[in-house]
Amino acid sequence: MPWLTIVIFLPLVGIPFLLWRGLSDAYAKWLTLSVMLADLAFAVGALAAFDQSASGYQLVEQVEWVSSVGLSYLVGVDGFSIWLVVLSAVMFPIGVLSAWGVTHRVRELMALTLGLQTVVIGAFCALDVLLFFVFFEALLFPMFLIIGIWGSARRVYASVKFFLYTMLGSAFILVGLLYLWAQASQQFGQGSFDIRLLEQLSLSVGEQRWLFLAFFIGFAVKVPVFPLHTWLPDAHTEAPTLGSIVLAALLLKAGPYGMLRFNLDLFPEAARYFADAIAVLALIGIVYGAIVAMMQTDVKRLVAYSSVSHMGFVVLGIFTLTSEGTSGAVIQMVNHGLSTGLLFLVVGILYERTHTREIADMGGLARVTPGIAAAFLVASLSSIGLPGLNNFIGEFLVILGAFGSNRLFGAIAVTGVVLGAVYMLWAYQRTFEGPPVDRWRGIRDVLPREIAAIVPIVALMVVIGVYPKPVLERIDPSASGVVRWVRAVETDQEGLPGGIRAEVQPSYRPPPEAQTVGPG
Amino acid sequence: MITTPQIDVVAIGPELVLVGSAIVVLLVPVVWRGLAHVAVLGLSLAGVAGALVASVLLWNREGEPTALAGAVAVDRFGVVVRLLLLVIAAIGLVYGHHYFERSDEWRAEFYALVLLATSGMTLIAVAADLIVVFLALEILSLALYVMTGLSSRLGSVEGAMKYFLLGAFSSAFFLFGVAMAYGATGSTSLASISRALAGATEGVALALAGMGLLAVGFAFKVSAVPFHMWTPDVYQGAPTAVTAYMSAATKVAGFAALIRVFNVALQPLAWDWRPLVWALAAISVVVGSVLAIAQTDIKRMLAYSSISHAGFVLTGVVAAGETGIRAALFYLAAYAFTVLGAFGVVMLVSARGELRTTLASYRGLGRRSPLLAALLALFLLSLAGIPPTAGFVAKVYVFGAAVDVGAWPLALVGVVASVVAAFFYLRVIVLMYMQEPEGVAETDETVLPRLAVSVPAFAVLALGVFPGLIAGFLDRAAVLRW
Repeated sequence: MPWLTIVIFLPLVGIPFLLWRGLSDAYAKWLTLSVMLADLAFAVGALAAFDQSASGYQLVEQVEWVSSVGLSYLVGVDGFSIWLVVLSAVMFPIGVLSAWGVTHRVRELMALTLGLQTVVIGAFCALDVLLFFVFFEALLFPMFLIIGIWGSARRVYASVKFFLYTMLGSAFILVGLLYLWAQASQQFGQGSFDIRLLEQLSLSVGEQRWLFLAFFIGFAVKVPVFPLHTWLPDAHTEAPTLGSIVLAALLLKAGPYGMLRFNLDLFPEAARYFADAIAVLALIGIVYGAIVAMMQTDVKRLVAYSSVSHMGFVVLGIFTLTSEGTSGAVIQMVNHGLSTGLLFLVVGILYERTHTREIADMGGLARVTPGIAAAFLVASLSSIGLPGLNNFIGEFLVILGAFGSNRLFGAIAVTGVVLGAVYMLWAYQRTFEGPPVDRWRGIRDVLPREIAAIVPIVALMVVIGVYPKPVLERIDPSASGVVRWVRAVETDQEGLPGGIRAEVQPSYRPPPEAQTVGPG
Repeated sequence: MITTPQIDVVAIGPELVLVGSAIVVLLVPVVWRGLAHVAVLGLSLAGVAGALVASVLLWNREGEPTALAGAVAVDRFGVVVRLLLLVIAAIGLVYGHHYFERSDEWRAEFYALVLLATSGMTLIAVAADLIVVFLALEILSLALYVMTGLSSRLGSVEGAMKYFLLGAFSSAFFLFGVAMAYGATGSTSLASISRALAGATEGVALALAGMGLLAVGFAFKVSAVPFHMWTPDVYQGAPTAVTAYMSAATKVAGFAALIRVFNVALQPLAWDWRPLVWALAAISVVVGSVLAIAQTDIKRMLAYSSISHAGFVLTGVVAAGETGIRAALFYLAAYAFTVLGAFGVVMLVSARGELRTTLASYRGLGRRSPLLAALLALFLLSLAGIPPTAGFVAKVYVFGAAVDVGAWPLALVGVVASVVAAFFYLRVIVLMYMQEPEGVAETDETVLPRLAVSVPAFAVLALGVFPGLIAGFLDRAAVLRW
């Protein structure tokens, strides 16, 4: 069964119906939600079909697309991407639930969200570099419209900034991947974008480093890595709740995922060369993001800056180049998706009632809206890494990996955890504790549909927090595979002749003929 | 004794059909005064269809690479370019019919001029002799000068005058280049020039001077910087339907001729013209993209964008050889459909005359006319090179061709310029979707032009999602025979 193709393209099925003018807003929402739930079912099916012990790409599907240039529709997942696919399938319906109160151009919003789901999942599944780039670039436009049409006051500025910033970053990726294609056509006699072939290329040290930087800048903008993060607070803050959830939970993940998939895989020598420098940037991001988050007066901006800090952990984990760090980074991507998704959801619920995001205007809300307060508290506790909730395991692994590569890195990363506790709990205290404000006396607590959105996230947080084994044991083979791959050629100083790479290859990726491990 | 060449009418069948139908279209309304205007459109479209058939017949033709004593080439490159030009002409005819009917300026000349201009363009695409290139250049240019001034508005007349004066200059440069090439090699046939230049050590200076002048002539036609000055005024002044046709068709024809001349006649000088084309490409993408930001009129903005797109095609041309030709052909096809569609929407939005072409008049279009706004958004995304549109695939093709020959710095300039360009395309989308309409403005609801606009829209999406549809043909068309 072509699991991945179904998961990728199923959301598109809903769009033609949504373009029909006669469709009422309520039906549009229900239709979108049911399509997304069906997609979730298939994503779970793909997860079930995923063989946890193998480290290579699974559920691979390949169809020629433009044969003369070696472009193909090539999708597959490994222990990293399968979780991001499942996370996407979980967070999109939650995003739609968060948008249940929207009354402005509902059909358009739903159609764009479905389109966005297709490209997000497509980006996580693509194994053809150009196909990945197509999805990666196609993310921009729907998100641009979602921020720009349904966002708050400075939405146009934020949406244009988001679009141009990210497009500039990915421009370098395009040149880099075309360079790889040209190298492939010289070395193999046939141009190709297939990552399984491109990782066999022999590139000189200089080429590897430049290409690494080209890809890295593109992904670093998306993560975002300090100092390329300035688009993020604007985009997150101005976006509607649906947009913030999708942006924080999923779009940001395309950055570290791209680093893991492409930077480490294609340029292992350069990855080792730049690892420490990038780790330093990540650490700056962790501490800087936390400090700036502490200073925010707007609760949504606070959550946005907390993302800068948390995504720093993910990048740090990847570039510790240890298997603990890499596993931690991947599970942390999922965790950050859940916890920040929940935070934006709760902040959105709060904003719907109070029409303010200023922390100073709130206070004592726990008395009025105990349900919202509880959800915010759970999200905060998860976000600061309380043991028993999901973030703990991820941050723990990342810090373990950081200590493994450099003690100082580990020590600085720990301060990030402490600062995280400060800004999150302080925000909770200022918003929900203290004497109740008269203005908010009559506001409603959580509605059933909001509970329906909150409960699944909390449940997943607890499950991952208490019993992370099923997740980790699917990530581990891929994580140790990629670390072995990056470290394998450590002793070799003079570039990477194809011969050496080919010898390491079989241990990491099964040979091409055995690659379709999928169930039939 | 003069040997009369064998007249091979099949090789120039499409041109003969076009010129023939132009004459018919001119004469019939004179003889038959009460003829419905739609019938004239039908006649012209029939002429285009006939030329299409005549072109397709040449697809599988083998034998001599040139016909009519070496005047025209017989190859698949020519066939593909002709087909593209004829599709553009058909859509342009429908646009123009609607435009002039709407503004009560209907004239039968318009149809004849489109057919004549197209005949010049299809001829230039296959011209295998510099004299024929010049002849075709003049045929198409003269028709375009007149079409630019067809409307009685001041801007239209002014645009025509500017176009004519500057065009005459550039033709003179081109002709001078032909003379120098002849002086250097003793021939005007592309194949003979190539043979004479291959291994030549003397007289190369003259040939290089000729190459430079030919490049000026072509750069003017395709509006590459620094020979682009006419473009904004002419694009803005000309009736929008004419702008649509002209912007798409001239670029295709100009580049087809440039590609053939540079890859056949000047192929031995490739090491000399590559840096030249490289520089033209880089300056064009940067200047076009940056100047477009400052525009407040959508036609002017698209004119500057067409300058930057000339640079993108040149980026593909830098690669020379098959890879470069294939990339440039794909880019031309993608750009032609996109810009035809974009100007088509501009024509429909500006309803009657040229009143609403300012960017401000696009405010809230997403509310007023969702279909037109969606179509324009699609075309703008294609111009910006965002997947899944033809413009994205086209950019991948040309940048890939450039990187393949080691010109990755040029590709880098190109991708950064396309981010700059994305800004002004996005600005229109922001106006259409993120701002509320001001007042009530009439939109043109006529069905025929809307259908005509949806053809390029379909092409832009189809080529964006399934580039393989034409990639196979382009692979086979990328070989020039001489």
